[in-house]
Amino acid sequence: MLRFLPFVLKNSWRNRRRTTLTIVSISVSLCLLGVLMAIYYAFYFTDATPSQALRLVVRNKISLVMPMPVFYRDKIRQVTGVREVAPYQWFGGVYKDRRDPKNMFARFAVEPDKILIIRGEMKVPEDQQKAFIQERTACMVGKALADKLNLHLGDRIPIQGDIFPVNLELTLRAIYDAPENNEALYFNLEYLDQALGLAKRGQIGTFYVLADSPESVPRIAQAIDDEFHNSPVQTKTESERAFQLGFLSFLGNVKMILLSICAAVTFTILLVSANTIAMSIRERVREVGVLKTLGFTRGTILSLILGEAVAIAILGGAVGVALASALCGVVRSGPAFSDDLRHLTIQPPVVLACLVVAAVIGLISAFIPAWNASRTSIVEALRSTE
Amino acid sequence: MAIPVSYNLRNLVVRKTTTIMTALGIGLTVAVLLAILALVGGLKKSLQSSGNPLQVLVLRKGGTSELSSVITPANFQDMKFKSGIARTSSGQPMASLEMVTVIDLESVDAPQGINVTLRGITPLGIEMRDHIKLVSGRWFQSGRREVVVGESIGKRFPGARIGQRLHFGRGDWDVVGIMSAGSGATNSEIFGDLNQISADFQRPEALSSALLRVTDPVAAKALINDISNDPRLNLDAMSETDYYDAQTSSGVVIESLGIFVSIIMGIGSSFAAMNTMYAAVARRSQEIGTLRVLGFSRGSILFSFFVESILLAALGGLVGCLLVLPLNGVTTGIGNFVTFSEIDFNFRITPQIMALGVAFAMVLGALGGLFPARSASRKEILAALRGI
Repeated sequence: MLRFLPFVLKNSWRNRRRTTLTIVSISVSLCLLGVLMAIYYAFYFTDATPSQALRLVVRNKISLVMPMPVFYRDKIRQVTGVREVAPYQWFGGVYKDRRDPKNMFARFAVEPDKILIIRGEMKVPEDQQKAFIQERTACMVGKALADKLNLHLGDRIPIQGDIFPVNLELTLRAIYDAPENNEALYFNLEYLDQALGLAKRGQIGTFYVLADSPESVPRIAQAIDDEFHNSPVQTKTESERAFQLGFLSFLGNVKMILLSICAAVTFTILLVSANTIAMSIRERVREVGVLKTLGFTRGTILSLILGEAVAIAILGGAVGVALASALCGVVRSGPAFSDDLRHLTIQPPVVLACLVVAAVIGLISAFIPAWNASRTSIVEALRSTE
Repeated sequence: MAIPVSYNLRNLVVRKTTTIMTALGIGLTVAVLLAILALVGGLKKSLQSSGNPLQVLVLRKGGTSELSSVITPANFQDMKFKSGIARTSSGQPMASLEMVTVIDLESVDAPQGINVTLRGITPLGIEMRDHIKLVSGRWFQSGRREVVVGESIGKRFPGARIGQRLHFGRGDWDVVGIMSAGSGATNSEIFGDLNQISADFQRPEALSSALLRVTDPVAAKALINDISNDPRLNLDAMSETDYYDAQTSSGVVIESLGIFVSIIMGIGSSFAAMNTMYAAVARRSQEIGTLRVLGFSRGSILFSFFVESILLAALGGLVGCLLVLPLNGVTTGIGNFVTFSEIDFNFRITPQIMALGVAFAMVLGALGGLFPARSASRKEILAALRGI
């Protein structure tokens, strides 16, 4: 079969304009398919990072916006396998101008010494750690955020409250570097408690829990929820990864939206490819007659045409994957709302999936016209005037 | 002299397989665009029809959502008699103090539970919401643990039917009525007696918001300024329409994703249309020669092929409209990042959206048809007649 390869390639390059247009068309659509599959892969197939795999998030069962009593902490601490518990309070608020999307970043009130343990993967210089722990109005931001907003140690960061009726005057004392969630601001929970006065004390939004091993995470989640099952405020505990995906499901049925767009794209490529192959075979019926006179069997002719279609489709697929990885770069630098999108790349399984889709589309689209051409009798084929 | 359009139409009919396949390809692209636009359109419609421009919503200073806002009954008494507030027939100020919270309702499709907004309200507050109608049953009575549920909640939660009981807060609540808010966001809310609900949630002194009806738009502006600048109150006022407009934010993410996808698919389909048109030009070489011999100018041949490409694409656009039409009216839910609860709304496929889809398809056809049409018009008569 391989000896026909040059013949197949020559044939596919005969009508250069058509082949080019087909390849461009297939590659643009496959590029889109590649990016969507990469997003899907990033959301639903990527394992938690080693540090993430150890963390759990506890929240009020009803909703993330509902607080829970802060004394829950002691009970959570007693669950076997729990290495550390840290309160995490989402502050919300407005930094400078709320209309500029650059100024939208996460702000959490935490206990400075605990956050450094819970997020052990963060790299913070020793002296900065000390300053962050000691000063009540100190704050710490991720390196990516500091670079983006051009913040330096010692800068004043005013945050206007919206969920909480207080305004904060923070001083930047530490900058951390971490492989994920590198764009958050952490400040001292004590500062928030004092600013709020007695009114809001004793309530907290979430607890982050550090487990002793990834295996004990599901058991700990169950144990914590069981502990508070009969309390007035019940909890919901899930792994950090599941917690993040929960946010995503808030955007609507993301899985369904992604899958149905992928299906529409695939079907479109199929149509484009089928149309082109059908056009090019129709023009070549007489040639098929000649090949048959020369002694080519039906099977050989069928596979020659199929081979040509697959070659074009795979080439389109390859170009598409290359385009997709360029497009992922655009997505990475865009206003990503999810940390997963900030690291979006085309993973090898996605490359493979794209090429397989391309090849299968090539085969399916060419099958009917190729079958018909291979069945045409010699006399009829030679008589064709197309 | 122009070549009649019927010539192009008949050409499309003669090459029906190619025409159908190309049109279907463009149709799918248009369908994706329309589906997303219909989703976002439905969401916006739902939220926008919830607000009344003559009503002013009062929240805590800096508050962006009723959920995170706190107002005390004392605050409410202070602002109730400000000027500009309309009166009921019995002379009462049209002002409603409300408590809003989120509860977790479990349903068959969502065993994990879905967040639903619960509103403690007074009969006056219901009266102020002109768009809310009782569909069946009756309104709750004050002093009783009774609730009225929005239409879409009634549809999604088997327990939320008249005569059934819902369990939330500190006990059970009887469902006594179903209300409809047209396409408004209140369809996804549950209403109950203000005093009962605030007592149940232990918040009699920490309510959420106040809704005030004003006499006219000028009074609305004055009242908003008056309340927002009153140092005793420490509250923020805004028009109800502005409040709901700000909640369409989760739609923006989906809308931008949809536009991004449609543009890329559009590029792919316009190349496919180009391919089809080049093939048409190649196969009709002799026809083009004949047309030239008959005296049609290069310009009219260019125009004719261009029109044919646009017709082909417009057909695709229509196919796209047909493909998404079954989605019209389908109910879906989306999370609301402001209230942290679900809003239910319908896909809305309006004539405007469909026109936009066909226009998008025609642009794709125009882009794809330009070069093939130019190559058709440049053919030399003799060469064209020979069919090279």
